[in-house]
Amino acid sequence: MTAAHQGYREILRLVRPGARVLDVGCGEGELLELLRTEKDVDARGIEISAAGVAACLAKGLSVMQGDADRDLAEFPAQAFDYAILSQTLQQVREPRKVLSDLLRLADRAIVSFPNFGHWRVRLQLITTGRMPTTEALPEPWWETANIHLCTLRDFTTLCTDLDLTIEAAAALSDNQPARAIDPRKALENWRAESALFLLSRRGTPHGRREPGGDLFE
Amino acid sequence: MSETLEMVQAAVETGEGVAKFGPDQPLRLDSGAKLEGFQIAYNTYGVLNADRTNAVLVCHALTGDQHVASLHPTTGKPGWWSRVIGPGRPLDPANYFVICANVIGGCMGSTGPSSLNPATGECWGLAFPVITIPDMVRAQAMLIDQLGIETLFSVVGGSMGGMQVLQWAADYPERSFSFISIAAAARHSAQNIAFHEVGRQAIMADPDWRGGDYATQGLRPEKGLAVARMAAHITYLSEAALQRKFGRELQRDGLSWGFDADFQVESYLRYQGASFVDRFDANSYLYITRAMDYFDLAAQHGGVLAQAFSGAKDKRFCVLSFTSDWLYPTPEARTVVRALNAAGARASFVEIQSDKGHDAFLLDEPVMDQALSGFLMSAAVSRGLCL
Repeated sequence: MTAAHQGYREILRLVRPGARVLDVGCGEGELLELLRTEKDVDARGIEISAAGVAACLAKGLSVMQGDADRDLAEFPAQAFDYAILSQTLQQVREPRKVLSDLLRLADRAIVSFPNFGHWRVRLQLITTGRMPTTEALPEPWWETANIHLCTLRDFTTLCTDLDLTIEAAAALSDNQPARAIDPRKALENWRAESALFLLSRRGTPHGRREPGGDLFE
Repeated sequence: MSETLEMVQAAVETGEGVAKFGPDQPLRLDSGAKLEGFQIAYNTYGVLNADRTNAVLVCHALTGDQHVASLHPTTGKPGWWSRVIGPGRPLDPANYFVICANVIGGCMGSTGPSSLNPATGECWGLAFPVITIPDMVRAQAMLIDQLGIETLFSVVGGSMGGMQVLQWAADYPERSFSFISIAAAARHSAQNIAFHEVGRQAIMADPDWRGGDYATQGLRPEKGLAVARMAAHITYLSEAALQRKFGRELQRDGLSWGFDADFQVESYLRYQGASFVDRFDANSYLYITRAMDYFDLAAQHGGVLAQAFSGAKDKRFCVLSFTSDWLYPTPEARTVVRALNAAGARASFVEIQSDKGHDAFLLDEPVMDQALSGFLMSAAVSRGLCL
């Protein structure tokens, strides 16, 4: 199972059944369809490509063409229980604004991204002096859509700046089950190839706890 | 048209009807006037199922009519949306009962300014009351009543048809399972109104218009109507499409050093204008463009567009726009989608890459077909239609 699919499994675990979910950058609707089938969610999406939206429509999903930087404003505040941004944060023009937007239109955001602090990335950069290419970052620098790569430490700092609560975090790697982590620990910044966060605004009422409670196993 | 398309069209069960409404069923107009004794001409394709749940209302654009998927009686050309309605197409009459009605104010059989005014026994002319998009939709709802259909499966339309779709969602949200609005807007912009005014002035400047009274004098303001059509036609195409089609190509070798149609684009527009007058009435053009100009869905709801869709919560919407459509550009569609989201409707939106301009919705656009098919199919499954 790839890290992306590990991410899907984690997201499925996190999302409360019957919740209202927005997947930002939903592609052809694979995750939304899983969420609808397994969690009976009210599934909505935003996707940048017309062909992707058309594929989503064929699956009966309500999807809008748009991009995370520009079009999140089209949804009213707190329209959703969860806003998902899967492996896309590093590709948006204004990650700070997008994160704030996600938590404007949803009570919780689920965000995953490749960790640029992973040991393999650091090692490649040090030993070869070139931009690293890894399983989580497969394209060469001149081809990648990633414009805002960050490390776990960068991200947790940003969450503090934006006054966001990290409710849970997990490390994702290919062929390994997701692993709950404390993302502020220096060691995890070396070990996690990719990471997934459950975020909420500080001051969001936490009375409505996810059933099961155990966010990551 | 190709022979196969003709055969395909012949194979579809097609009906033509005229729904008549007596003085006991007047059409109450937004202007405050009442239209007593009117009729709606319509075509149908396919068969209404036993549950009466598979009816789709297609709303036509400014110069369209009810001949959406069958040969036009005047021009002999295929229906204006034969690409979308037909066997194997997104709206397959094998699955759906497709209804398309000529709008009130039109000139293809529904009551309009060229109809006889029962009070005088002569053509209405400018005595015909001003109509609006909501009036058109109210008349369509009366037609649907008369056809015994409580709830439509979908209301679909492009351009002015797309405006009617939005009006349906505002006025009769409970009467359709889904809504598809293509290349449309929730209001007419200043530029939209401006182009329409050019067209109207061209018609009214034609000496044969006679203050709208041309019919009783046996005249037709053909020159004015043709110019109106020419001006409007430019707005339906993109600059890129015009350039690709015509560039600066000449009709003949060399210039005429005069005012003949030297350029192919001139000749094309002249042809568009000349052929339009054979099938359209000048006063209908005035009335329908007026209805479009008056259209402002938000204004009907205290200036808040989302309020227009307050009854459409959880309804399914598909909104489509085209990148090169400068008549109803994508930001207009996004305004609609934002309001639908705010109202809690299930809105899907696709901006289709096309350089064909506003008319793209009538043309070969595979992504539009995919979006329509996908949206309709999944909605049909939810509606429990056995396709």
